[in-house]
Amino acid sequence: MEKKIRVLVAKPGLDGHDRGAKVIARALRDAGFEVIYTGLRQTPEQIAEAALQEDVNVVAMSILSGAHPHLFPKVVNLLHEKGMKDVLIIGGGVIPEADIPALKEAGIAAVFTPGTNTSDVVDFIKNNVKM
Amino acid sequence: MEVAKELLAGNRLALSRAITAIENEYEEATDIMKELYPHTGHAYVLGITGPPGAGKSTLTEKIAKAYREQGKTVGIIAVDPTSPFTGGAILGDRIRMNSLTLDEGVFIRSMGTRGSLGGLSHKTADAVKALDAFGKDIIIVETVGVGQSEVDIVKAADTTIVVLIPGMGDDIQAIKAGILEIGDLFTVNKSDLDGADKLVREINMMLDLDSLMTDWRPPISKVIASQGEGIDLLLADVGKHRQYIEGNGELARRRTKRAKDELLDILGAGIERRIKTHISDRLNGYVEQMKKHETDPYTLVNGILAEMLK
Repeated sequence: MEKKIRVLVAKPGLDGHDRGAKVIARALRDAGFEVIYTGLRQTPEQIAEAALQEDVNVVAMSILSGAHPHLFPKVVNLLHEKGMKDVLIIGGGVIPEADIPALKEAGIAAVFTPGTNTSDVVDFIKNNVKM
Repeated sequence: MEVAKELLAGNRLALSRAITAIENEYEEATDIMKELYPHTGHAYVLGITGPPGAGKSTLTEKIAKAYREQGKTVGIIAVDPTSPFTGGAILGDRIRMNSLTLDEGVFIRSMGTRGSLGGLSHKTADAVKALDAFGKDIIIVETVGVGQSEVDIVKAADTTIVVLIPGMGDDIQAIKAGILEIGDLFTVNKSDLDGADKLVREINMMLDLDSLMTDWRPPISKVIASQGEGIDLLLADVGKHRQYIEGNGELARRRTKRAKDELLDILGAGIERRIKTHISDRLNGYVEQMKKHETDPYTLVNGILAEMLK
């Protein structure tokens, strides 16, 4: 059995817009990944714990509410605390360009904003995932 | 083996890594299983199966919660289908179980079927053992949404619950072979919908016709999983079934059969691997001979087996 890339797709925070997350989940499935979809309104603690139990290689989060500067880094820290240091963590959603450098500094490997081609996300994961 | 030791010491990340090694058939998986095996056999394994959308995940969450209230620890393996075309999968059972995520007494793992057609994945049984060795009291295995013939769950579970919902067909459906034969318990979910009582009657009728009648007649409960209604009664039925099969030796028989199947499966897979490796250089040559009709596959197989099993 070949190694399979496992991705947790989650929506931290309180906004209820999961269309983008679903599009990404579907695209990743079609790329041959195993996508664990946990749905809406996840706390950072829930996301990190689910990532641990599922032993995912990638955590992909989507936020459209503006809470990304607070929630994304929190998930990164929790994952590291749990010993999940090799996980590729990416984010997406309505995120101002100006916020992106700080998020990258905090450990988000890439941020995908509206208009991103799904194949770019797939390629980024394939090129950067640690297995 | 570090991972196995840490798992046995209660490290959740090690448990998670061990299941990955098992699932991906990493080389170290065999060593991990060797080390875990002596620590298995303590958990009670509950199988939950039924058609897609019957509410298996929601019911699993509620059952797990009820066991947690009794102070028992719970492991959950939730299986969803892998695409036969891309190899990808959406594993979405956790969505229904979010309230359990932060309970340290619960460990949930999603698995794709990865080509297996019986409603589980080939590695589900070993993943169950990892949870068992970790010390979980109850392990719930939730199958993919099944049709009529995906019955692997009976090989993995001590007690199997078949979840059905109203509105899925007439009473002939209920006497067909397949998943309706494997229920130790039946539960009608979404029982606030029209047709729930009719479905209960139809299952009863099917059970009345059972010519192999044993002392155990599968009880039929009605639940509304999303509201948590009827879960207590369902769990009481599980308890009765457990008592019944523990008392009359059926549990021991099931586990004996499971051990035998497991040994033969691993032996078969090992032999297959050995033979494939052994003939890998000659394989294309054999195929060429067959294409030219110089020989036939039966003669070839007899020759290879005679050569290897001397």
